[in-house]
Amino acid sequence: MSAANDSYDPKQVAALAPETLQAAVEQARKEFTAVGDLDELAAAKPAHLGDKSPLMVARREIGALPPKARSEAGKRVNEAQKIVRDAFDLRRTELVAERDERVLREEGVDVTLPWNRQPRGARHPIAMLSERIADVFVGMGYEVAEGPELETEWFNFDALNFKKDHPARTMQDTFYVAPADSGLVLRTHTSPVQIRALLERDLPVYVVCPGRTFRTDELDSTHTPVFHQVEGLAVDKGLTMAHLKGTLDAFARAMFGDKAKIRLRPSYFPFTEPSAEPDVWFEEKKGGPGWVEWGGCGMVNPNVLRACGIDPDVYSGFAFGMGIERTLQFRNGIPDMRDMVEGDVRFTMPFGTDAS
Amino acid sequence: MRVPVSWLTEHLETDERYTAEQLADAFVRVGLEVEEVTPLGPVTGPVVVGRVAEIEELSEFKKPIRYCRVEVYETDDYEDMVAEGSDEPRERGIVCGATNFVEGDLVVVALPGAVLPGGFAISARKTYGRISDGMICSARELGLGDDHTGILVLPSGEASPGDDAVELLGLDDTIIELAITPDRGYAFSIRGLARELACALDVAGRDAAAVDVPEAEGDAYRVRIEDREGCERFVARRITGVDPTAPTPWWVRRRLMLAGIRSISLAVDVTNYVMLETGQPMHAFDTPSLTGPIVVRRAHEGETLTTLDGVKRKLDPDDIVVADDSGAVSLAGVMGGESTEVRSDSTDILLEAAIWDPASIARAVRRHKLPSEAAKRFERTVDPKLPPHALERAARLLRDHADGSIQPGRTDEGAARPLAPVTMPISLPDRVAGIEYDRGVTVRRLTQIGCGIEVGSTDDGKPSVTVVPPSWRPDLVEPADLVEEVLRLEGYDTIPTELPKAPPGKGLTPAQRRRRTVARALAEEGYVEVLPFPFVSPTVWDDFGLPAEDSRRRTVTVLNPLESDRGELATTLLPALLDVLVRNVSRGTRDVALFNVGQVVLPKAQQVPVPSVGVADRPGAADLAALHAALPTQPTHVAVVLAGHRQRPGWWGPGEQANWADAVRAAEIVADAAGVELTVRKAELAPWHPGRCAQLLAGDVPVGYAGELHPKVVDALGLPKRTCAMELNLTSLPLADRRPAPSPSPYPPVLLDVALVVDEKVPAAEVATALHNGGGDLLEDLNLFDVFTGPQIGEGKRSLAYALRFRAQDRTLTLEEATAARDAAISTATERHGATLRA
Repeated sequence: MSAANDSYDPKQVAALAPETLQAAVEQARKEFTAVGDLDELAAAKPAHLGDKSPLMVARREIGALPPKARSEAGKRVNEAQKIVRDAFDLRRTELVAERDERVLREEGVDVTLPWNRQPRGARHPIAMLSERIADVFVGMGYEVAEGPELETEWFNFDALNFKKDHPARTMQDTFYVAPADSGLVLRTHTSPVQIRALLERDLPVYVVCPGRTFRTDELDSTHTPVFHQVEGLAVDKGLTMAHLKGTLDAFARAMFGDKAKIRLRPSYFPFTEPSAEPDVWFEEKKGGPGWVEWGGCGMVNPNVLRACGIDPDVYSGFAFGMGIERTLQFRNGIPDMRDMVEGDVRFTMPFGTDAS
Repeated sequence: MRVPVSWLTEHLETDERYTAEQLADAFVRVGLEVEEVTPLGPVTGPVVVGRVAEIEELSEFKKPIRYCRVEVYETDDYEDMVAEGSDEPRERGIVCGATNFVEGDLVVVALPGAVLPGGFAISARKTYGRISDGMICSARELGLGDDHTGILVLPSGEASPGDDAVELLGLDDTIIELAITPDRGYAFSIRGLARELACALDVAGRDAAAVDVPEAEGDAYRVRIEDREGCERFVARRITGVDPTAPTPWWVRRRLMLAGIRSISLAVDVTNYVMLETGQPMHAFDTPSLTGPIVVRRAHEGETLTTLDGVKRKLDPDDIVVADDSGAVSLAGVMGGESTEVRSDSTDILLEAAIWDPASIARAVRRHKLPSEAAKRFERTVDPKLPPHALERAARLLRDHADGSIQPGRTDEGAARPLAPVTMPISLPDRVAGIEYDRGVTVRRLTQIGCGIEVGSTDDGKPSVTVVPPSWRPDLVEPADLVEEVLRLEGYDTIPTELPKAPPGKGLTPAQRRRRTVARALAEEGYVEVLPFPFVSPTVWDDFGLPAEDSRRRTVTVLNPLESDRGELATTLLPALLDVLVRNVSRGTRDVALFNVGQVVLPKAQQVPVPSVGVADRPGAADLAALHAALPTQPTHVAVVLAGHRQRPGWWGPGEQANWADAVRAAEIVADAAGVELTVRKAELAPWHPGRCAQLLAGDVPVGYAGELHPKVVDALGLPKRTCAMELNLTSLPLADRRPAPSPSPYPPVLLDVALVVDEKVPAAEVATALHNGGGDLLEDLNLFDVFTGPQIGEGKRSLAYALRFRAQDRTLTLEEATAARDAAISTATERHGATLRA
């Protein structure tokens, strides 16, 4: 508090007495602290900060003081008023916080209530796996090529070096369409897209062709007459079987993790020479890590290049193809292939929109 | 092909003893597909040869049952045993259900204590009222094959009672089953497989067909090849004085049995045996049944032949036949004829070994649906140098085992066509593999498979090889074929790994990206993707209520469908999608929303025939165009079907049933994802409900339909009530090329509502269009927030209430300006549709 007011004019003003001010401040503080909510605080405000509050009354008395004493008295009143206002603001802040907290508590809900009004949807894992495989190759610079499912025999067989009346044609159990001499088949593999790509594109060609294919296999736990394949084709100058192996290795790692690798077994396909069947080393194989058969591959047969007007002495290429159902089956441990074709939503839903 | 290991290793010149697994691995390494490795047995305990001494028929049972006394020791041996103190019985009483044996036959007896394959333990037990002290075994019970038609009867003289049957039957052998790829006809024989093994193991081999062929005196029979293209070579040998009752020696029977071929008679068994061993199929004629000289020709129009299986077949002029004066007597390379077959009393046999045109045989097999062991080999090609050797082998077997005498003559018409030499740079294998092989590898490997080789140089002076393939390798026609031989024998595992550098690609095409976006958008909207088969039943069009002329009825028919009632290729995705919907509902999922993106097949009104196009070079532009024109149009469609709740009921309150509007909305989601604006128009089209069907247009082009299905369709297909569907042709949607980037105005909008009364027949979409047109650029957006009908509005009318949002691009819009624009919007609606402001 201020020093003794010896210098005051003898006409002392009681309202401005430090004790009086002090008392008013104390009273205000006490009352502000006592209120329980913002309404009470608002009700308490005029008595301490309103026009008729002791401090306002005191302020109006300042003029009655001798000029010398006015400044000091004014300072005193200001100080007292600031304290009261601060007390008010503090209390109001407290009460607002209390109120806000209470409101939030009151608005609380049982967050464990289910909220599945709008059913979810999902992509089919076969479709997503096809896209994922395509993405792996797009990342390597390949483009995605496509073709029709009902194909001419020329694209499906002839141009792929399947000789007429050769048993290789009957290896792939084919759906034929009417009339008997229509020359059309449901494509037995995605390989006709290779031919389309080589006829339509400029060299070098690096394409990947995912798509639906057809063979007359009865539907059972490991076969389906309608299935999906992905085919890869690269035709360039100087391509070797080492490039084929390297590409398949990279593909295997992208699909099955860093420990995956490829080994090749010699085999026969009319459209490749040399031909091979790749096995992939699969860490999560049922019953322990091991090799899993994974499609077919080889160096593009020179006859195929010739049928597309490409000089096999200048260009070489490699091709490979895998079944997507089969890949999904061993990769995701699906015991029965029928689950992939029947369309039961309970099978598809857990895959959501990303089949990783 | 099933081959016993013991037969294979007979032809390897090595002291090394390979396990069956080592042999199987070797096969796989060089490219033969091993399907199964099956050890015979195991058989443990006493399994011996027995002689049936006495048969007592037990007649009191439903099926024939025999009680047999079987001698399991020869008298002399047994006396020695007794002298040494043995108390084993010499005879055993055994109950047997088979009847294919007589007293005196040699059989295989499993004595008590023996365990047969499959853990089948034999003990003395009471059955059919007798004690059976062992078992007389069938071939299948011994694990020798599938023949279970009776017990195994051994030829007399091949063994004696008491002999250890395990050794006699060779039950310690292993069977390797191989799948032979179509390019390797030579591997369809012990000869070829042993050769492959020798290469794979780098050991010397013996040629299983190396039988010296003596000089002949004249022909065995008069033969004339009329069709040189169908028959490259025809060789025959005649054996007379054959004892028709002579049994097939046990070792031949055993090997046939293990290969899965039934023993029939010595003559037939011998031809089969030599075929398995050498790869040369043969046919045996009863010589006296032939009338006049043999002619090899194509069948005459209308000619028939009764084949060995007793079926009278109508021959095709493309069939190659062996004929005599009576007409066709054999369908060449496929099946013999009944009239000249070797009978049970035949003593004079003409053996034929020929080389037939592979493609002709393949066609005949398909035509007559007669796949046979012989045809399998002929269509993969048979070594044309083989016939005289194989014949000699077979003739000698008949001579040795049936007292036949081989006649001095041999017919040998036609000749083995030489294979063309192939020249390639000596380093081509290295170049294809991407590796540098050791010097001499190419020559060594090609020599190993039997090629004749000459080293020379190419025009530019590089070393080359000129290779004459061996007669059994007609598949080696190109340098690439030779390269494969070198690579596979050197081992694919020696090829290094290298990633090629592809040129930078352009990523997915807009159409490919769009398909993904559409699928994802539908999935995010609650639709589940399914991939049903495209095969539909023609009756579905009636269920759909399609009129007779509806183009969706014009389908492509599959000639060989798996389900005979689903032979049509879908022209719309809906039938298959609805099937899946029904399947889900029947499995208890009642709220179903499905989608499918897939190709449909739309035949052209006029089917264009596929041109005949060669493969020697790139087809000309006209040929390519004709190939493309021959294919039906195959656009990509997208379709949804949905039933049950679209919004589920729950603790929050009631749900919402899927309805026509959801189907239309699905189309809009597709269009949004594709960046295309759709116009919705009322339409009537089966299978939709005539009052709840929307046509979807992109610009003026109809691209699809959506709505609720017709109640009759719902009934016919057993669908849930109010099932809804949408299908649109994704291919026909224009590809959005760089979508517009708007500059949103920063100025505040003016919001005005308006309620218009129009005739209830006026589509809401058209009123909205009128408002948009009338409101001009200032009308930024409108939202239909209420649709109301009632007496206040008047009969046949409805009120459409819109919230309009006006905004200017370059300034704060005044209320006056906005009001003027609203009035303009209303007056356009009034002009076009007689709209009035709702009072």
